[in-house]
Amino acid sequence: MPRVSRNRRLELLGIGTAAGVFSGLFGVGGGMIMVPLLILWLGYDERTATGTSLAAIIVISAIGATTQAFYGNLHVDDGLLVGIPAVGGVLLGTWLQQRVSMRVISGLFALLLTALAVELVLA
Amino acid sequence: MIVEAALIGLAAGAVSGMLGVGGGILFVPALVLVLGLSQVDGEATSLLAILPVAIVGTWRQQRYGNVRLVEGLLMGALAAAGTVGGVALVNVLPAHVVKIGFAVLLLFTAFQMIRRALVPDAEPKPEEAGS
Repeated sequence: MPRVSRNRRLELLGIGTAAGVFSGLFGVGGGMIMVPLLILWLGYDERTATGTSLAAIIVISAIGATTQAFYGNLHVDDGLLVGIPAVGGVLLGTWLQQRVSMRVISGLFALLLTALAVELVLA
Repeated sequence: MIVEAALIGLAAGAVSGMLGVGGGILFVPALVLVLGLSQVDGEATSLLAILPVAIVGTWRQQRYGNVRLVEGLLMGALAAAGTVGGVALVNVLPAHVVKIGFAVLLLFTAFQMIRRALVPDAEPKPEEAGS
């Protein structure tokens, strides 16, 4: 990696490690950790931070899923059942991002997450 | 049930495309509440579901010039020890602790989203206009 300085590698190691632990613990990509740190610490702009975070998530989710497979926790059929429609969702989401108010999306998303949190604890 | 899970998957992808995250925050509840997986199995399977989403999302963002590919992939590779450690940890923690931790994560994210909803939309950046 000739273009990445030693200092930058250490910074990426720090952010990556935090995101990795978070990803392993919660089954998420870790973007919620990486995006703000890339912006606030490394000075990325918001869109570059989200795009670069997604590239890191490819590697993180592959490593996390492989490790979980060794524990025998992976349900491949269920993963495909939600993962394949989600690929269509990504294309829809990037299209929508250009056309719908982010405030409306954020508000609806917050309502959905709150309902899910309640249901998860009560279930 | 299958239709419901697929629809939540679609929503997770849409959220991923709009917010630049993996979508796990919706995959995990879908797998646990709709498909009946245990919390840890749901989290494990969520990581698998995230993979194609992240690949397609990166490809889209790359076309808009928003990806520093070398730094992103390097950051992911350097995250390996943390990721394996997190997976090892979740496999030894009591299930209810993991579940409550995840519920807290959902509420924290909801709080962040509400704050975002209350702030007026920022002016679109010039490069967003045509994308």
